[in-house]
Parts: sequence; structure tokens; C-alpha cells
Amino acid sequence: MAGKRSIRDARAGRLMFFMTSACALIVVFMAAGLLIKSFPVLRANSPAQILFSDSWSPLKGEFGMLAFIAGTVWVTGLSALIAMPVSLFSAIYLSEYAPSWLRKISRPFMDVLAGIPSVVFGVWGILIIVPLVRDCIAPFFGVYSSGYSILAASIVLAVMVFPIIIQITIEVFHSIPGELRDASLSLGATKWQTIKLVLLRKALPGIIAANVLGFSRAFGETMAVLMVAGNIPAIPHSPLDAGYPLPALIANNYGEMLSIPLYDSALMLAALVLFLIVIMFNLLSRYILSRINLRAA
Amino acid sequence: MTSRKKIEELFFKCLMVLSLLAVMGSLVLIIGTVIYKGAGSMSLDMITSTPEGGYYLGKKGGILNAIAGSLILTGIATVAAIALALPLALYINLYRARRSRFAEMVRLSMDFLWGIPSIVYGAFGFSVMIFLGIRASLLGGIIAVTLLIIPIMARAIDEAVSLVPRELLDSSYSLGATRFEAAFKIVVRQCLPGIVSAVLIAFGRGIGDAASVLFTAGFSDRIPLSLSEPAATLPLAIFFQLGTPFPEVRDRAYASALILTVIILALSITARVLASRFNRHIIK
Repeated sequence: MAGKRSIRDARAGRLMFFMTSACALIVVFMAAGLLIKSFPVLRANSPAQILFSDSWSPLKGEFGMLAFIAGTVWVTGLSALIAMPVSLFSAIYLSEYAPSWLRKISRPFMDVLAGIPSVVFGVWGILIIVPLVRDCIAPFFGVYSSGYSILAASIVLAVMVFPIIIQITIEVFHSIPGELRDASLSLGATKWQTIKLVLLRKALPGIIAANVLGFSRAFGETMAVLMVAGNIPAIPHSPLDAGYPLPALIANNYGEMLSIPLYDSALMLAALVLFLIVIMFNLLSRYILSRINLRAA
Repeated sequence: MTSRKKIEELFFKCLMVLSLLAVMGSLVLIIGTVIYKGAGSMSLDMITSTPEGGYYLGKKGGILNAIAGSLILTGIATVAAIALALPLALYINLYRARRSRFAEMVRLSMDFLWGIPSIVYGAFGFSVMIFLGIRASLLGGIIAVTLLIIPIMARAIDEAVSLVPRELLDSSYSLGATRFEAAFKIVVRQCLPGIVSAVLIAFGRGIGDAASVLFTAGFSDRIPLSLSEPAATLPLAIFFQLGTPFPEVRDRAYASALILTVIILALSITARVLASRFNRHIIK
């Protein structure tokens, strides 16, 4: 009887080991698959040509991705510029100042915001943000813009990453021992001075990690950006120009990519670049966060 | 000096409140926009019929194809993901030491997968499908969405399982239970609220994701009846139909957005209610 049960236990263990390993290896398969698929275009064009040339014409076999890389950098950078201060201030307020009822309702609020699908953000962007940029912001600077622009994409992205950054930042603030606050306050510092001089300094690595995680999400975000960024394959010169980030490039061209040689390979290379950069972002923020946990423990 | 300190604090406090208002306000604005636009185009016909004369051009009919497609696709993908993620989480917590090198490697790999943009899953899934000779279909979409939600589910279940008190495991082992029995008879029951909310979160992420099904599931006016048929999904119904010049077709996009948002909200509320209800039966 016991024999049967322990045999079953061992068999289940082997099966589960196999399944677990298979899941853990998905990431390796993906890297290998993307690498193999992007090999042909790397053989035809040198990496420097792909990264630093902006002549994108698949029909002529030219796959310079500079315009798309520039679009990605613009959109991610500008959304970081918007999201960073707003989420930091919100997180400080929620963790240090807010009354407890506000703290309680803000949590489900953030969860809902984080759960909204990116296409819905895109719909909102088209209906609200794009007209806002076209009719208010661009005329204010005396420029014409269709509204489908880097700025619109950045605003939408910033709203998408708010909950990610805010929630992690709040957790970082909570991990700071209360004694630090008490010590600073008892020395006569005001609450804001305590935050500015004690808490922010202590929380800095965690805040950086929270932001890095948020931006790795913004970096790979496809649908919302695709819907509002304008998608013109040229290097943008201002936030009111249209941009064409890498994820949008992949999403927009799947229909025609099979009929043109090397096209699918170039798109897989774009996917590989996204994959590698996101993994780097991830490693960095994981490293920072685990160091804080170690210190807190 | 004191008054300067006070003014500075007041200034930053104002900034904080404004920031928080901006964050909360944008959520209210998003939900408000979707409800306002969606309610105007919602009708019984919209949710009970499939589009007539082509989803992009036809002006009649509804979005039943996308509702059914999304539910079927995400439902099957969620079941497939449970079948992989649950054993994974149980294995690394019970069969291996929780902090063993193998367990940490698996967690690291899940963290990587969790961060990878869904468009990369779509592109990867598509090249796997070409390799296997599968065309854009329900099956292709299921494969891509399953891959997408495995890490989400695995991480959430792992977190729930790792909170199981050591004593509970020790007492089940001391009563003679094998690891397999402890895993599926004790731990699964103890972690049920965590597992259920993990499943709901993963389902919500899967049903809302457009980029992973864009290449893999295709789109169709009909409800898919077999795995090899292309399937319409709600996110893509929004994306494709919003781009047409016809207001009637755009209405279908707004209605899809409303339904998708309602599904997501319902999932999030259900997860909360279930979690608090199941909590009563847990051994602390």
C-alpha cells in the first residue's frame, strides 16, 4: 500500500519536474528562436547598418531601424519624464500623508487601472488625448500637429505605468523602518524634511527599481502606442511629430512580411531587440530590489 | 525660517495631491469615456448577433463573434496554463527546497517571461506556427495566450504556496502523507483563494491582450467552431473596427471596449470577493 503511494509520488515528481523545466526553458526557446530567425537579415546587412541607418525600404532590402529606435527612445523617455514625478509624488502622499480611508480605496483603484487592457487605453487616447494634443497643446506652441504624435503616445503610456510604479514605490516606503521616521521627527524635523532628507535617501534604490520596471513595460507596449503614435517611419524631431516605435513596426507589418525576402527576419530582429532590452531592464530592477530585501531582512 | 519650512511643505503637499488627482482622474476619465461611448452604441442586437457583410465594412450586426471568440480562446488558454503553472508552483515549493537553486532558477525564468512584451509572444508564436504549418487560428491564439499567461499564473500561485506555514506541511508529512498527497490534498486547498485569484488575474490579462493574438488567432466574422478556424477577439474587434470610416462599425468597436472593460472590472471584483470569502477556511 505504502509502496504504491510512494511510487505514485515519485512518478508525479518526475512528471512535474519535466513540466516545470519545460516552462522554465520557454525563455531560452524564445531567445534561440528569435536569434535563428533574425540571422538572415544580420548576414545581409551589418549590425551597424541596421542600428544606425534610417533608410527603411524592405523592397530594396534596406532595413535601417534608426527611425524606429529613435521613436521608441522618444516615446519611452518622454513617458518616463511625465510618469516619474507624478507617481513619486502620489506614492509619497499615499504612504506618508493620506488618511487611511484614502489608502484603502486607492489600492483597488490602482489594481483596476493596472488591469485595463492596452487597447482600451488606445481608445481613450484616440478619443481624448489625440484631440487634446491637436486642439490645445499644439496650437499653444504655434505648431500644427495631427494629434497622433509622440506626445500623445507618451501621455497614454505614462498613465499605463502609473499603477506599476506607484505600487512598488509605496511598498519600498513601507519597508523603511518606522524608527527612522520617529528619530528624525523627534529631532525637530518637519514631516516633509523627514521625507526629503531621510526617507527619499533610504528609498532611492527601490524607487529606481520601480521606475525601471515601469519603463520596461512602457518600452514593449504595443497596441496603445500603435493606435496614437502616428506611425510615420522618419526620425522625429519634436514631441509633436509622429513616431513609429519598434513594437508598432512589428504589429503593423505582419500581413505583408512573408511576401518580401528578409522582411520577416528584420521584424524578428526587432522582436529580439525588445526581448533583450526588457530582460536587461528586468535583471537590473530585480537586482536592486533583492538588495533592498536583503538589507531589510 | 519656520514659515519657509511650512511653505515648502505646503507646496510639495499640493504637488502630491495634484499628482494623485491626476492619477485617479485619468482612471475615472478612461472608465467614463468607455462607458459613455459604449453605452451609446450598446443594444441587445449588438451582443447577440455576429457582424453582417464583413466586420470592417458591414454596417449591421453585432460583436457576438468577438465575445464568443475571446471567451473560448482565453478560457481554453487559462485551463492549459493552470495545467502547467500549478504543478510548477507545487513542484518548486514541495518537491524542492523553497530556496533551492533549481527553484530560484525557475522563478528567475518566470520573472523574465513576465516582463517580455506581448508583441514578442505574438511574433514568436507566429514563427512557431509557420514552422509547424499552422495557419492563424483558434489553436494558434490559444498557444500564444497560454505562453503569455503561464508566468503570470505561476508567479501568483508560487507566492500563495510559499505562504503555506511550514508546520502544516510538517504535520501532513508526520501523518504519513507523501509530497504528492500533501501538494494536491492539503496545499491546494489551503491556497485555494490565492490560486483562484491567480487564475482570474491571468484570465483578465489574457482576454485583454491584443498584440499576442494579432498574428496568431486572425479574425473572422463567425464564431469559431473548431481549433483550426480563425477566431475574432474583443481587443482586436476594438482595434480593427475603430479604424473604419463608418460610424456604425466604429460603434461596434466602442461596444466591444465597454464589454471588455466590464469583463475586466467584474474579474477584479470577483477576485476580491472570493479571496475574502475563502479566507475563512484557511488554517492560519
